[in-house]
Amino acid sequence: MSKSAIAFTGTKEQEKELKSFISAHKNDPGPLIMIMQEAQKIYGYLPVEVQEMISKGLNIPMEKVYEVATFYAQFNLVPRGKYHISVCLGTACYVKGSQKVLDALEQNLKIQSGECTADRKFSLDSCRCLGACGLAPVMKVNDEVFGKLTPDKVPQILSQFK
Amino acid sequence: MTMTIKKLNEIKEQFAPIIAERLHENAHPCKDGKRIISLCAGTGCQSSKSLVIRDEFVKILKKKNALDKVSIVTTGCHGLCALGPILQVFPEGIFYTGVTPADVERIVDEHIIDGKPVKDLVYKETIKGDKFTSVEDTKFFKKQKRIALQNCGLIDPEKIDEYIGTGGYEALYKVLTEMNPDSVIQEVLDSGLRGRGGAGFPTGKKWALARPNKADQKYVACNADEGDPGAFMDRSILEGDPHCIIEAMAIAGYSIDATKGFIYVRAEYPIAVDRLNIAIAQAREYGLLGKNIFGTGFDFDIELRLGAGAFVCGEETALMASIEGKRGEPHARPPFPAVKGLFEKPTVLNNVETYANIPKIIMKGSKWFRSMGTPTSPGTKVFALGGKVNNVGLVEVPMGITLREIIEDIGGGIPGGKKFKAAQTGGPSGGCISAENLDVKIDYDNLLKIGSMMGSGGLIVMDETDCMVDIAKFYMTFIAEESCGKCTPCRIGTKRMLETLERITEGKGEEKDLVELEELAAYIKDNALCGLGQTAPNPILSTMKNFRKEYEEHIRDKKCIAGVCKKLLQYKIDPNKCKGCTLCARNCPVNCISGALKEPHVIDQSKCIKCGTCFTNCKFGAISKG
Repeated sequence: MSKSAIAFTGTKEQEKELKSFISAHKNDPGPLIMIMQEAQKIYGYLPVEVQEMISKGLNIPMEKVYEVATFYAQFNLVPRGKYHISVCLGTACYVKGSQKVLDALEQNLKIQSGECTADRKFSLDSCRCLGACGLAPVMKVNDEVFGKLTPDKVPQILSQFK
Repeated sequence: MTMTIKKLNEIKEQFAPIIAERLHENAHPCKDGKRIISLCAGTGCQSSKSLVIRDEFVKILKKKNALDKVSIVTTGCHGLCALGPILQVFPEGIFYTGVTPADVERIVDEHIIDGKPVKDLVYKETIKGDKFTSVEDTKFFKKQKRIALQNCGLIDPEKIDEYIGTGGYEALYKVLTEMNPDSVIQEVLDSGLRGRGGAGFPTGKKWALARPNKADQKYVACNADEGDPGAFMDRSILEGDPHCIIEAMAIAGYSIDATKGFIYVRAEYPIAVDRLNIAIAQAREYGLLGKNIFGTGFDFDIELRLGAGAFVCGEETALMASIEGKRGEPHARPPFPAVKGLFEKPTVLNNVETYANIPKIIMKGSKWFRSMGTPTSPGTKVFALGGKVNNVGLVEVPMGITLREIIEDIGGGIPGGKKFKAAQTGGPSGGCISAENLDVKIDYDNLLKIGSMMGSGGLIVMDETDCMVDIAKFYMTFIAEESCGKCTPCRIGTKRMLETLERITEGKGEEKDLVELEELAAYIKDNALCGLGQTAPNPILSTMKNFRKEYEEHIRDKKCIAGVCKKLLQYKIDPNKCKGCTLCARNCPVNCISGALKEPHVIDQSKCIKCGTCFTNCKFGAISKG
């Protein structure tokens, strides 16, 4: 486990918020995942520094936190871009060509799925089913859903955020 | 507060007539003279901006001083997601589809104020000359039987009063005051209800196994970790009718003597999570969750736990590990959850759709439930119909219906006049069904016989442009990624199978690959620890059985007849058809097309990345792929 290349910039307020959530929930049954989800909400991702706070707060070994953090797709150990793009690769979207949409995004942003642009503006990822199969293929830019996509619609959608 | 039957009935009497006005068979003027705009706010329709449309209605109605002419309700999913956003106007029951914010002013002016529906926005199938027919009579809805989805699209899921207005929480009252736990379990057993999450284990039996196990604390859990890609049945129920799940879990709690419930729901379903939170809070406020429910001394409460994105957590033992805050790794059974489940205590775990049937079975009886479906699979099943089909959406049909009826009648066939190739059911654990089995009656047992499985209800239609080897690779990529890594057959076996499939789709396949795939598949099936691994080879086995020719073409002829596997494709320009317009050359992302203006162009095959941009751009059909 190495520290991220991107420096940790958490504030005292964030730390206070996390600590008070931990003390409110540490006696709930099986609270770890719930606390990690809240921590990710506060910090946007789960760097080693935050995992350490959770490990201390719950008085469990760091290994227990790290093994959960790396098991679940939802937890990010590195920060995301200002605009996080998630292309649905669920079956319904896949058979309607979402892989081609992802290819076009990778080409346009010059990053691979799972990466973030150097200016930290865009990060790209795929997901399995947003449940908007009626609009397949779909992708999400932060919380906004774009449906009925084709590779040639990609540049125009991205230009809204550039 | 403590809920009493008197209060429950008062709420029902107040709200039942309001809901009745939104039913198509009751198309008479609404009592207060107002019109009702019922707007779908499920994930599908919200993604096509239904909430923007709602705000636009409020804005324009205000501007025209017509706000008092209508009441606006937001509901859950109607199922016809492909044509969203969907909105209905009552009392006429006009079914508008594909509405945009720009259309709102016309609907207000012409329909709400002048009383004439805007014909060009109305769902075409409901227009008969100058008249509008009920949407219930359209092809999409006619063969459906909505039990689990009964309230979806009808009530406002954020209002407990509306759920009570449909008879909600009466089943809970009935079991608490008129039935003992054993008779509740007997009723569920008699109904023949089987787990709708996929495996089809009899629900009543599950409860009966958990009932006799004594413990200081027992649990009821709901599996709402709908992980199959392309499946959204459970999400729609949670979004459209969350209270029916709460009521059913309380009934299950009473029957096995549990006082605490957990709902494990995907974090990817934010709307469902919000509505569940609202519903739980309302149920607590009404005393329908908490201590001494209906004054009977029965205590029950529910807590929500969010999944964190791991497909394997749909497996029951993995799900419980995840609720406990651990890595979602399955463990061997026995012990079964009925003996040692959540926090080592006896637990009953059912899927969302299974629970959605429970209150109806309690109120209408097991005989009624058995009057639908087939003898071994009574009742209905919700399917998320997706892929290459016109009416993409959510459908609930009686068991025993054929795939052909679902795809051709309800689904409206395949777009673009293309030919049907396969229907995939059961997600990554299921299989691909070929055209020869389109007329098999769908139930748990028949689907297994034809090499697939019911699964949770994803039903993806594929046409002649889908490559079955590629589809098998798609599922194997998914499984290899989602394998939790605990047992070797699944962790390494699925990876090896994926590598073989990758080679085949890249034109490097050998004859022996097919034999090896079959051997490996059999080994993984027999030796994997949990259901995920044991069923992982199914997509490969079923495509190899039903579409063997395609595998052989990939291996022997290095050809992908569907034109999907990039490495086996070649784009060529027909010099006789090419007009030299330069459009292809200008759009080629790697500049591999050359040629002078008005002269035939040529593709440099060594540089071509096979993206297909030239193929889709050419206006003269001069580019071929193959």
